[in-house]
Amino acid sequence: MSETDTVPNAAPSTRPAPTAPKRSFLSQLELDLRLLGMIGAFIIVCVVFNVLTDGRFLTPRNIFNLSIQTVSVAIMATGMVFIIVTRHIDLSVGALLATASAVMAMMQTRWLPDLVGLELGHPALPWLSIVAGLVVGAGIGAFHGWLVGYLTIPAFIVTLGGLLVWRNVAWYLTSGQTIGPLDATFQSFGGINGTLGAQWSWIVGAVGAVFAALAMLSARRNKAAHGFKVKPFWAEAAVIGIIVAAILGFVAVLNAYEIPSRVVARDFAARGLEVPEGYIAAYGIPYSVLLLVGVAVAMTVIARKTRLGRYIFATGGNPDAAELSGVNTRLLTVKVFALMGGLVAISAVVASARLTNHSNDIGTLDELRVIAAAVIGGTALSGGIGTIYGAILGALIMQSLQSGMAMVGVDAPLQNIVVGTVLVAAVLIDIIYRRRVGGK
Amino acid sequence: MTMQTDPRANGAKPLVELKDIRIAFGGVQAVDGVSLDLYPGEVVGLLGHNGAGKSTLIKILSGAYKADSGEIWINGEKATINSPRDARRYNIETIYQTLALADNLDASSNLFLGRELTTRLGFVDDARQEAETRKIMARLNPNFRKLSEPVSALSGGQRQSVAIARAVYFNARILIMDEPTAALGVHETAMVADLIKELKAQGLGIFLISHDTREMMDLCDRVSVMKNGQLIGTERVEDVTEDDILSMIIMGKNPKREAA
Repeated sequence: MSETDTVPNAAPSTRPAPTAPKRSFLSQLELDLRLLGMIGAFIIVCVVFNVLTDGRFLTPRNIFNLSIQTVSVAIMATGMVFIIVTRHIDLSVGALLATASAVMAMMQTRWLPDLVGLELGHPALPWLSIVAGLVVGAGIGAFHGWLVGYLTIPAFIVTLGGLLVWRNVAWYLTSGQTIGPLDATFQSFGGINGTLGAQWSWIVGAVGAVFAALAMLSARRNKAAHGFKVKPFWAEAAVIGIIVAAILGFVAVLNAYEIPSRVVARDFAARGLEVPEGYIAAYGIPYSVLLLVGVAVAMTVIARKTRLGRYIFATGGNPDAAELSGVNTRLLTVKVFALMGGLVAISAVVASARLTNHSNDIGTLDELRVIAAAVIGGTALSGGIGTIYGAILGALIMQSLQSGMAMVGVDAPLQNIVVGTVLVAAVLIDIIYRRRVGGK
Repeated sequence: MTMQTDPRANGAKPLVELKDIRIAFGGVQAVDGVSLDLYPGEVVGLLGHNGAGKSTLIKILSGAYKADSGEIWINGEKATINSPRDARRYNIETIYQTLALADNLDASSNLFLGRELTTRLGFVDDARQEAETRKIMARLNPNFRKLSEPVSALSGGQRQSVAIARAVYFNARILIMDEPTAALGVHETAMVADLIKELKAQGLGIFLISHDTREMMDLCDRVSVMKNGQLIGTERVEDVTEDDILSMIIMGKNPKREAA
């Protein structure tokens, strides 16, 4: 009696052994092709709008504005990467942003002054408000995660409900009123009202550049210590050089945006001083952009270097495998949504500070912008794939398109038609690219 | 010769004892009062049709399912296994039929999934993980080179090597292999067979699930046959013929016992 029918006849070993392909200049640099593609797309967008606006698009002033307009969506997009990587979705971020913003606005203008007795302008007000916002954001996020992970309600439904609930909780908290003006310190997180100035911008830029270079060199040393091939030193140096140049170049551009003389005069007048002859001040790096950089670094470290990040990607790639490897995927879902909620609260600080008040419609449609940024940035809705820098670049590309078209004078309906089309086209290009390189 | 190598003959304690295990899924009794044991240095084969309850039984031992009733004893002590993490604490490692690999991660991330090596600061030490992966792969599958590519880019045999490496690396004492050769070519199947013999010689206890009766006769010390969630019988391979086993699988009867 033969049982040969159960003997598998697949013989993958007959395939020719893969030979090492000849290493081109680009491949020796070991750069991420997808990243290069996105940077290329971003540069094209910038150059095209710069031509269409007769050079007004790539001015220090507009680059400054673009940066501060991107921050809020970009911060949330980094969290959305983890959500989508674990095969979930969060439709409630715009509404949750409104609730967090409402809590923070009410804390600093009503609750703390009226109920606790801290007078307006008290230095603890903005910080207590921010802590309250973060707790509320992360708490609501964790609650969403619990509904999704432990009660197994699909995230789409939980957060669709959340979209309606939190938008209107915000309305209730503020009785639908616009709350403002917000505390001056709080407002400094919004962008134009809080910048480092030229000198500190250079210092922060230099520290950042040194830190980036050291991090790359130490990763190289660690690899070499375990006997792995590292790229040639000239290639490493070239990549480090490009990154350092990019950081310092960005600082230089922001420092080139000078504070208008009447604003300088107003500031000096407020302190009872005369403006010195020939005095020039620059805005430099906005605090909100620093906040985004901090979030980006932290989220990238979480994604690449921590167990939490490893489990997030493993769960996205194969939830059963993660579960069988001892990962508590339910608790992981709670953590991921709580992180999203915390990031939404940080975005709420930036968004309301930029507007200098909390308005009822703050964050409206942000969920779509955030999801679009993550997806344009290469996050796959099927799970398991996505990068933090991709999502931030995605947010930047979307914001550039939007404000570029506004500057050119494209009709409002046409603007949204273009953005929608770009979203779909970006995903198509990504699918084709993945098919080419043989990924999933 | 066989009597001397029979681990049960020299009074060894059983490594694993499953006692009267039962589990039901929505009215279907998937495992119905099954008792099995496994000794150090022994390979016990589990046979049966699809849906006979083999994989379910094994998943109870590996912590993926929790039994409705019954007891698990490890090394003569009652064990509580509620999760895959618990099972790993008892040095039980499982190679699943589906391999349970995260396709988007590379081989070393999969090998160390849930048990990452970390630096002093608590970050995942990718370089060390990769170096360790290279070491164990050199032993298991010397042709394995694609260390830093996602496992979705690997062939069936290479993926299998990753799954096996994961089970072997952490000094398993009890190994569960669910259809370890189902997706493999002839050459790789032979490699797995050699590995099973080597691990057995090192004193591991192995539960092996397969549909290939001949392979089972070759590799196992004892075979247990299941049908409809019940254990039909456990026999030493030298006491039965392949036909006996087939009739146990198909008829659900133990011809040897009925003849006696």
